[in-house]
Amino acid sequence: MRVIVHAACLAALVGLAACTEKPQTLGSRKADTAASAGTGTAFVAPGWKVGDQTSWDEQLRIRAQRGQNEYSRAAAGS
Amino acid sequence: MARMKFICDTERCIECNGCVTACKAEHEVPWGVNRRRVVTLNDGVPGERSISVACMHCSDAPCMAVCPVDCFYRTEEGVVLHDKDVCIGCGYCSYACPFGAPQFPSNGTFGLRGKMDKCTFCAGGPEANGSAAEFEKYGRNRLAEGKLPSCAEMCSTKALIGGDGDVVADIFRARVLTRGKGSEVWGWGTAYGKPTGGTAAPKATKS
Repeated sequence: MRVIVHAACLAALVGLAACTEKPQTLGSRKADTAASAGTGTAFVAPGWKVGDQTSWDEQLRIRAQRGQNEYSRAAAGS
Repeated sequence: MARMKFICDTERCIECNGCVTACKAEHEVPWGVNRRRVVTLNDGVPGERSISVACMHCSDAPCMAVCPVDCFYRTEEGVVLHDKDVCIGCGYCSYACPFGAPQFPSNGTFGLRGKMDKCTFCAGGPEANGSAAEFEKYGRNRLAEGKLPSCAEMCSTKALIGGDGDVVADIFRARVLTRGKGSEVWGWGTAYGKPTGGTAAPKATKS
């Protein structure tokens, strides 16, 4: 009789173990890498040093001026 | 430190939708999702104006404020990005955004309304720069390649300008002063100081 009770308790313990609540901790965002770190691919624009923040800033500034500001190529108002 | 911004010069935008096409092609954006679109006011009426709209990467982004799972983050360059592995596709960000930037694919992870997708300023996402995983979820990471957003670089009339906010503002100011009108609009004084009436000579920046 005692063995049966123990077996029943064990079975209940195993059976109810599946009923425990799943962990609900909030997933956290992954950390992002700085753009100046480059991509490591062959598509990186030439003219700047990968990994150098200052060089990257300068690259984007030059690219914006040369690509989007026609007044930097011709005298404004002329 | 750069702070990335877009501005669309409505005097130049010809509603060609080249920016929309460039964005979709660059990032292989699926059907039904438009990270960028061109809105025309007074369409067909003389004096109509078109403006290219996408995520404006707000300095105090309302999408970030309302997101219940805090999936948004801001890069050091001021680009507002989000982690699709954290996003639950609830749509709160789309209600909060004044520009209608958040998009929801119709066949995404959660069926009819998938995980949010939006303009990344061509800066990818939290995955490794230039990785296949990043491209699949967010598209190309052009900033990490030393390039500016595809939409701005492909704009045929250079109506859409993108880049460091200071540079973008300089370019726009030079244009307005050169064309002699535009500085009378509401907000010009806040952005650029006292209106000049178009008489001042523009000071172009050379690099």
